[in-house]
Amino acid sequence: METKSVLLVGVGGQGTILASKLLTIGLMQAGYDVKMSEIHGMSQRGGSVSSQVRYGRVVESPVVEKGGADILVSFELMEALRWLEYLKPTGRVIVNDFRIAPMPVINGDMPYPDDILQTLQQVADVSYIDAAAIARQIGSDRVMNIVLMGTIIKSMDLDSIDWESIIRENVKPAFVDLNLQAIAAGMAAV
Amino acid sequence: MKKLLTGNEAVARGAWEAGVHFAAAYPGTPSTEILENLSTYEEVVAEWAPNEKVALESAIGASLAGGRAIASMKHVGLNVAADPLFTFAYTGVNGGTVIVSADDPGMFSSQDEQDNRNYAKAAKMPMLEPANSQEALDMSKLAFEISEQFDAPVLLRMTTRVCHSKSIVESGERAEIPLKPYSRKINKYVAVPAVAKVLRVQLEDKLSALREYAETTPLNFAEYHDKSIGVVCSGVCYHYAKEVFGENASYLKLGFTYPLPPRKIAAFCRSVDKLYVIEENDPYLEEFIRTLGFDVFGKDIFPAYDEQTPEVIRQAVYGKMLPQLDYERSKVTPRPPALCAGCPHRGFFYEIGRRKNVMITGDIGCYTLGSGAPFYGLDSTICMGASISMGHGAAKMLARANSDIKVVSVLGDSTFFHSGMTSLLGSAYNGGACVNVILDNRTTGMTGHQDNPGTGYTATGEPVTVINIADVAASFGIRHIRTIDPNNLSEVRQTLDEFLALDEPSVIITRWPCALKKFSAEDKEEFGAIFIDKHTVDADKCIGCRLCMKAGCPALSFDTAQKKAQIDAAACLGCGVCAQLCNKDAIVKAQEV
Ligand SMILES: Cc1ncc(C[n+]2csc(CCOP(=O)(O)OP(=O)(O)O)c2C)c(N)n1
Ligand code: SF4
Ligand code: SF4
Repeated sequence: METKSVLLVGVGGQGTILASKLLTIGLMQAGYDVKMSEIHGMSQRGGSVSSQVRYGRVVESPVVEKGGADILVSFELMEALRWLEYLKPTGRVIVNDFRIAPMPVINGDMPYPDDILQTLQQVADVSYIDAAAIARQIGSDRVMNIVLMGTIIKSMDLDSIDWESIIRENVKPAFVDLNLQAIAAGMAAV
Repeated sequence: MKKLLTGNEAVARGAWEAGVHFAAAYPGTPSTEILENLSTYEEVVAEWAPNEKVALESAIGASLAGGRAIASMKHVGLNVAADPLFTFAYTGVNGGTVIVSADDPGMFSSQDEQDNRNYAKAAKMPMLEPANSQEALDMSKLAFEISEQFDAPVLLRMTTRVCHSKSIVESGERAEIPLKPYSRKINKYVAVPAVAKVLRVQLEDKLSALREYAETTPLNFAEYHDKSIGVVCSGVCYHYAKEVFGENASYLKLGFTYPLPPRKIAAFCRSVDKLYVIEENDPYLEEFIRTLGFDVFGKDIFPAYDEQTPEVIRQAVYGKMLPQLDYERSKVTPRPPALCAGCPHRGFFYEIGRRKNVMITGDIGCYTLGSGAPFYGLDSTICMGASISMGHGAAKMLARANSDIKVVSVLGDSTFFHSGMTSLLGSAYNGGACVNVILDNRTTGMTGHQDNPGTGYTATGEPVTVINIADVAASFGIRHIRTIDPNNLSEVRQTLDEFLALDEPSVIITRWPCALKKFSAEDKEEFGAIFIDKHTVDADKCIGCRLCMKAGCPALSFDTAQKKAQIDAAACLGCGVCAQLCNKDAIVKAQEV
């Protein structure tokens, strides 16, 4: 099988790291070779962050190259546009309806463009979802990242993996049900 | 058991499996997690050293006494530790010793991009370069054997991608290695010139033996497919190259990269038609291969800087990347990192940024973010500890030029203990007259909140005596030392006014915990009552003047339609800095509305 590349992007603190961690554990248990790359460092200071997950029979590079991602899942609107060049022209974009103003916008030096979604939609296959609202409906804002992980599972046809046991093994017992519901809701949203 | 590990986790695991007894490090991205992981194994004595030189020297001592030892650091940390490094290569080891250098091609979180493979060559010590987490574990383990077999410390050279990428690893169990007996060996460990001259000659013999090892070790292997292209590579570049060429090329993958094996390399180069050398940063392999008389494509086509990711290789070799979507990239707004909401550095940078006629020599830490918008509160950043010493030299010259510019040096608590302490000593000794500001946020913030000598806890969470910065400064004979609350802007302003008027060195300590720090029992007692009153904007009073935006706080934003400031209640920590900027008292504690 050809190696698949998943790019999860967002802003430091949005939970991309946990989502990609659960995803990679699932992929490994399903028998795939898996590599994941993350850049730490500035992530806690409100910078742009990415988790790059690649899986297949044998995976060489841990990084996704420009034009190489099968799916781009953006936890924040502007970040989808920043990372769009990494998407395969035939790839799919899932964008969360969530804006976090970067410092130049906060300082008033630059606007937060209001036509980002249209720009994305003009060139790519885009699903726009309100993962925060979905998470809130289930019971907690904090599983927004797991809702988005659900969208990846659906889009990449990974639903035969036993996500329930992976969640059970890696999440505190009190949050297992919430996380499972979040995955299901994410899968239903795309 | 199969696990997904980062390269750093794998290095720690490999060292543990090798029976390592002693580990020391100073934090630094991308190396920090190696010691953090080692500190979780109870068989290992794991310590945060105040700097990398101390870390390496402690490891050398542990080796001398018969333990297996590891010292880990980021690439620039090895500059700090370079002095013991070179002589340690002469004396060799008792217990096997590994030094991990985590380089940062692409400078994701560093001030330079130096290639520390040059250190192995310069210090004449064996070097291993893993390409993935399995190799990181295996090589970390093997390095201790090599170290003892050849009586040499081993450099394990990592890079950001190897440190921070996860891949599948088969791990093993720990071998409990007894400490080697210690006996005094003056002719081995007392490197006075007469001894060192003998050791220097012996080092050449060790290197010859290591060169033979490099010829035969499976860490250096050729992988033959299509021979029209041959790629010589090390580290993660092996995977990058295979991503691009697959089986359309043959590979010589070098994992043991000092000393290099001339015969093995020549045999590979002769067997392929077109030769590429793919490596990050310096033409380290390329220059060696050229001395063997082979012509290669190297830094003439590949960039000498940044990562050599598949897209970079594709561009260099084929002149094009993978096809990408065409869209308007100019709409993307940059997202630079910023001081967190509630960061204790904010109040100080607001005040210092407004001052005219000051030169602010800075240092390395979260506070380096004070150099950007909206504060513009730094004139220089070179390396850890340089703020005070550079400020000292600058002040001497400004005084000679009869300039009325005053110098303020700014550094953090961890940086003070790292090397700022000796800089302050130099300035006190040599009649300096700078204002030295230590931003004591009670932690090593930038690298993810490690303890340091000022926090009262060790790497393993043991409570210890708190080293008091004011006491250290006082012991240098500094007479003007004041500890202040950085969130109280008038206190910051008045103290700066007062100390800038002095003609002798002074120290201001801003003492307030990092907004992301997990509070210790002592922190809770000292600061427990703070940061509980979130702030909010009283829209009736706000006139839309934007003065509060000068706080540069991510919790604050300006609603251009309503022409009012607003505060994100979820993000605000209630430090109150923005409230002090407002002339109309429009920013108030949330419960007062
Ligand atoms: C020689 C060296 N070692 C390590 C680092 C990595 N590093 C950068 S900033 C920093 C810590 C800064 O801590 P502190 O001075 O307390 O400031 P804070 O980030 O908490 O504001 C470290 C360890 C470095 N840049 N140079
Ligand atoms: S981590 Fe701490 S010191 Fe660093 S910017 Fe955030 S609050 Fe400030
Ligand atoms: S009080 Fe003001 S400056 Fe402090 S965290 Fe809240 S919004 Fe930011």
